[in-house]
Amino acid sequence: MSPSAKLQPPVGANDHVEGPAKAPVTLVEYGDYECPYCGEAYPVVKALQKRLGDQVRFVFRNFPLAEAHPHAEHAAEAAEAAGAQGKFWEMHDLLYENQDALEDGDLVRYAQALHLDVPRFVKEMEAHAYIERVRADFSSGVRSGVNGTPSFFINGARHDGPFDLGSLLAAIEEVA
Amino acid sequence: MATEDANKILAPGVAAPDFSLHSTPDQLVSLSDFRGAPLIVAFYPADWSPVCGDQMALYNEVLPEFHKFKAQIVGISVDGSWCHDAFAQNRKLHFPLLADFEPKGAVARKYGAYRDREGVCERALFVIDPKGTIAGSYLSPVGVNPGADGILDALEALATKK
Repeated sequence: MSPSAKLQPPVGANDHVEGPAKAPVTLVEYGDYECPYCGEAYPVVKALQKRLGDQVRFVFRNFPLAEAHPHAEHAAEAAEAAGAQGKFWEMHDLLYENQDALEDGDLVRYAQALHLDVPRFVKEMEAHAYIERVRADFSSGVRSGVNGTPSFFINGARHDGPFDLGSLLAAIEEVA
Repeated sequence: MATEDANKILAPGVAAPDFSLHSTPDQLVSLSDFRGAPLIVAFYPADWSPVCGDQMALYNEVLPEFHKFKAQIVGISVDGSWCHDAFAQNRKLHFPLLADFEPKGAVARKYGAYRDREGVCERALFVIDPKGTIAGSYLSPVGVNPGADGILDALEALATKK
């Protein structure tokens, strides 16, 4: 019954990806937009991407802790709705930069700021058009051994330990 | 992921020792209450560990996945039932936390999941089959939340065995 703590499914066509497919390092984060620790990790990932450039491919998967964080699931849906209009990462960044303002009205405001098709965004949010996607990410996280947020996987293996820049870089150096 | 103490907890194939513990100050929960469906028993060191990495809070979010296998879950620590009550309310937990409080750690000892030196439960997982036999067990390093993937693998194996 030992946990495998291996990413499953592997990174695929449905994933939100930043960085080249052929990068030697793939960093996957399971995150929650309302989680303060994920908020701490957000600038760390940015710094890591800047440091490693095209050596790293970054993937974000949704892991909203909906019981603990009442806004997390809607925020995840908003990022997916923005993604459907080609602006996943822009919304992802806005959400992490405004973690204390994640009410539904705020989400619409961010859609406006990103010049999305706002009526479509609102319609899809009201219909929960992307909830299945969000839940599929969550399930894959559970099966991959996500044990809290954020959980990072480096080339498919769960990273247990601190997620400050130095620790993540050291862990990456070990596998790459 | 195995630790040097991995052999000390009860292994698959063994009948799960019965228990009757308080879930609230005036309510007792027994192993036999769960006969007929798989039961996950999660021993953990203490209530009130940090929020987002908390094992019980994670299982609370994963409950729908457990329920797909008709499985129930209980958490067990040496904290008293009033403490459990406050913790469960704070984290909005939808499953019982049992108090292995008096005599302290008696149930954890039966499962080989007690840390004598610290006086708390190990972080140990058991999946018990519908007939009350241990189907899977795992002793986690005490500082690492083991997640739920091992549990789901064990539940899946139980479901396909039928």
